[in-house]
Amino acid sequence: MRDAARPYEDIVVAAPVTVPYTRHSIKSAHWFLAQALARLIHSARIRKTDIDGLAVSSFTLSPDTAVGFTQHIGLSPRFLEHVPMGGASAIVQLRRAARAVEAGDAHIVACIAGDTNHVDSFRLNAASFSRFARDAVYPYGSGGPNGSFALLTAHYMRVFGATPQDYGKLCVAQRQNALTNPLALFRKELSLQEYLEARPIADPIRLFDCVMPCAGADGFLVMRRAMAKKLDLAHARLLAAIERHNGYPDDPIQFRGGWALDRAALYDQAGVSPKDIDFLEAYDDYPVMTLMQIEDLGFCGKGEGPEFVRRHSFTTQGSFPLNTSGGQLSMGQAGAAGGHLGVVEAVRQLIGMPLGAQVGKARLGLVSGFGMINYDRGLCSGAAILAAPGGRKKRGKR
Amino acid sequence: MSSPVLTHLVSDIVAGRLRVVDLTHTLAPEFPPIVLPPEFGESAPVRIEEISRYDAGGPAWYWNNLSFGEHTGTHFDAPIHWITGRDQPNNSTDTIPLDKFIASASVIDCTCEAAEDADYLLTVSKLREFEERHGRILPRSWVLMRTDWSKRAGDPVAFQNFDATGQHTPGPDVEAVRFLIEERDVVGFGTETIGTDAGQAAHLRPPFPCHALMHGAGRFGLQCLANLDLLPATGAVLIAAPLKIRQGSGSPLRVLALVAA
Amino acid sequence: MLALDAPVVPPSARSRAAQGLTAAAALGIFALQRCEDCGAVQYPPRDACVECLSARLRWRAMERGGELLSETLIRHGQELYFRRRAPYRAGLVRLDVGPSTIVALHRACEGAPSRLRLRLALDKAGQALLIGLPEKDVPDMADDPIIRETTCAPRARKVLITDVKTRVGRAMAEALVAAGAEIVWAGFAAPWKPSPHLEALRALGPVTPVPLDVTDESSVRELAGGIGGKVDILINTAEHHRPGAIASRNGIETARAEMEVNFFGLLRLAQAFSAALKARAADGQASSTAWVNLLSARALSNDPAHGTFSASMAAAFSLAQALRADLQASGIRVLNVFPGPIEDEWNALVPPPKLSPEALARTVVDALERGLEDVYPGEVAKDLIARFLENPKALERELAG
Repeated sequence: MRDAARPYEDIVVAAPVTVPYTRHSIKSAHWFLAQALARLIHSARIRKTDIDGLAVSSFTLSPDTAVGFTQHIGLSPRFLEHVPMGGASAIVQLRRAARAVEAGDAHIVACIAGDTNHVDSFRLNAASFSRFARDAVYPYGSGGPNGSFALLTAHYMRVFGATPQDYGKLCVAQRQNALTNPLALFRKELSLQEYLEARPIADPIRLFDCVMPCAGADGFLVMRRAMAKKLDLAHARLLAAIERHNGYPDDPIQFRGGWALDRAALYDQAGVSPKDIDFLEAYDDYPVMTLMQIEDLGFCGKGEGPEFVRRHSFTTQGSFPLNTSGGQLSMGQAGAAGGHLGVVEAVRQLIGMPLGAQVGKARLGLVSGFGMINYDRGLCSGAAILAAPGGRKKRGKR
Repeated sequence: MSSPVLTHLVSDIVAGRLRVVDLTHTLAPEFPPIVLPPEFGESAPVRIEEISRYDAGGPAWYWNNLSFGEHTGTHFDAPIHWITGRDQPNNSTDTIPLDKFIASASVIDCTCEAAEDADYLLTVSKLREFEERHGRILPRSWVLMRTDWSKRAGDPVAFQNFDATGQHTPGPDVEAVRFLIEERDVVGFGTETIGTDAGQAAHLRPPFPCHALMHGAGRFGLQCLANLDLLPATGAVLIAAPLKIRQGSGSPLRVLALVAA
Repeated sequence: MLALDAPVVPPSARSRAAQGLTAAAALGIFALQRCEDCGAVQYPPRDACVECLSARLRWRAMERGGELLSETLIRHGQELYFRRRAPYRAGLVRLDVGPSTIVALHRACEGAPSRLRLRLALDKAGQALLIGLPEKDVPDMADDPIIRETTCAPRARKVLITDVKTRVGRAMAEALVAAGAEIVWAGFAAPWKPSPHLEALRALGPVTPVPLDVTDESSVRELAGGIGGKVDILINTAEHHRPGAIASRNGIETARAEMEVNFFGLLRLAQAFSAALKARAADGQASSTAWVNLLSARALSNDPAHGTFSASMAAAFSLAQALRADLQASGIRVLNVFPGPIEDEWNALVPPPKLSPEALARTVVDALERGLEDVYPGEVAKDLIARFLENPKALERELAG
């Protein structure tokens, strides 16, 4: 059964910005978010008052939400979203903003996400992440997502036959992609050998399976194509987007995400099929999740992820360009901005202005988001298909 | 108008011609209390709880809260303590005439007998033997039974001296008590042990004669005395004034003896 | 070394619903929420049924079997407590009754997939922890770090029993020697009162009699000065009990004597011994670990035939809760024991069933070995707590006779 959504009417994404990531910062989330907004304004050559819609995601903005932030930065939007959905926030912000623009609730929506990272932020966030995590995960010493993803990783390996080499291949390729990206925190070449010999963190997870928590922010603008043209902004078109929360609640352990429930709707809405996709910006908070996204977004069948990995290459010039900026594994994970990373990189690829290497053929990009290990699994999934400005929307042949 | 007696008393003390001997044990929590069978009520032990000691509770002063039963440590028994004395006039610590608190003392040395037999009972013949050597026991004087039991005070087990059959400590027999009251008119009887009666005195007829007969005759008791070995057989003067407790049946007290040097 | 050894406990924040797990763990029961309307078993603890949204979720004892689906060896914890203990195993278990649970894994558990059974235990913070155990016991089960962290076994530990001059005290000492305690300091007051129990204990190798009068602060302080820094488990057996209705006695001296031992005695012990106990809570294998209060089921609701004794025990119970709050922060477990009438001279007029001191002592050792927090030994105590929990007012009336 498919939940067919009305197609987007000429909604575009423009002005991708990144506030450079740093491992730790003494600055606040407010500072990072404000800098993202300043970069959007500067990049789009608009005034602050031109922004009449705002969507904000952050783990460290507390005690503020997007509301308090508007007064902090002196903005008076007529459309405001606070999206606390972790790595799915970018997709969800994009969906909300697109419909608001379509409906005329706003003309230009700034979608921003960012977090600071004080020396002890990560532990404190982990300690109070969610009620279920506090009650039923944190007391077991997993201390954040490492332990939980280790369980998912081990299970996936046991059931679907993934090997450390499979995970390593993705990590090595992403590092390769990061080498030309000046904003990546990790720009030292990584060999498979180094990956395999890195210290174990929570078996079977090794050091290079884990993202580095850091401080930073990303942002983009959502508007009608006509507005982008008027402002003379390079842009990518939004063809389709899905989200799902707490999908497959009866699975005893997570081996798939909500994408599998909604991928048909996604491709239908875009009028394309998986083989039309030129590159994938997957949510790479642990490579096992990348494998699940490759499967659940229809690039191969369930359980065929390991084989898919062995068959393909994942650099910008590879047979299946993946996480072309290096992804979070090489850029770092700036909290709630982790999902925005994929959107801004996809837009940059589609408008031909990547931070690093350009994907040879970049007309259709798929961005995937995933977030919120509330208890034993990630609850929020989302995905969007973006198209380069020139190309016509393809009609799916199915 | 001054009295030459008092003048001489003080000058003799100052000059060391009179010694003041302390017949009192230190009042302390660990000092052995009187023990009754568990079905009876218990005397509260001595407890000293600090209120402050130059600290937050009192920056410049040190003091304690004190609690104890009337019959703890070196203590005085008033006639009202026993049922036989309940109708005596002036029978409680607050009403006893003050002149009775100062009296001479005869010290009967029973150390050999007590050393041989913890259940030793002081007899009339022992008293008469004393009188033959030291003279007749004076009316309105204290008779103190010296056993050196006080030297056991550092060892509570030896001091209490319980075994399966009960407590074993020396004391007077029935006839000795009668003799002292009826023939010698003493003010009271004092011991080094935890009671004026012997440990096994429940088996005498009447039981606890020193309590029953002495208090029934309006006389007093002194218990847990110390330093009787520093007193002469006769000639010492005791100052033994209990606390003025309303309807008090007894009281811990400081017992002083004045002795010629 | 002080900084290294300072006690650190695991994270203790929990939702109110999750305290239901802690309540079950305190009693050694494996319980989960079950929906009274649709029967769905819930985990993690919820405020509404995950299936039908009913608010009628009740804690019920559950089958504890499950299948290990996945496991990990966590090598780096975020919290200090875990950093010191890394590496440690964690697993994801599908319970036979339905939900998936993250558990701490006993080292003898086989890898996934495998069958195992769960135990609900109290961790060092005094909060509920699910532990995955092998389906069948293996030798030296209790030597696993997660078991040692969640239990207070007396084996190889140094124990102070505050009063051994009663049958209960003697039975406790004998049970601890049998359980492998390294040293049993046997407290005795009133040394001049002969005690066949104390005499019998002198023959046991690990037993060392020590003078202790809990009504005497100086006595308590002196003993704490001597051995306070070595005691791993303190078991307060000192009790003063005189039966009788409050109107049957004149004055308050008997009640005061009960309070002096049962309430103030506990307070004196707490003030003298708890600091050293807390400081040694992280002292490696032979750390200090528990404080046991022998209270009374009469603490729950007053038994008017033992009016002042019941009241003194209620006061002691309340104090024990304060003590628990204090010691818990350092990882010391406070085990409160609520026996019904014990076979002693002060319950002579109480009809059977009564609890033998030996059975009571075995229950206490078992509770320490299982890491429990509240124990109601004997049929009468179990009956009283059940009646109390169901309807405290009804129990009050029933005890009034």
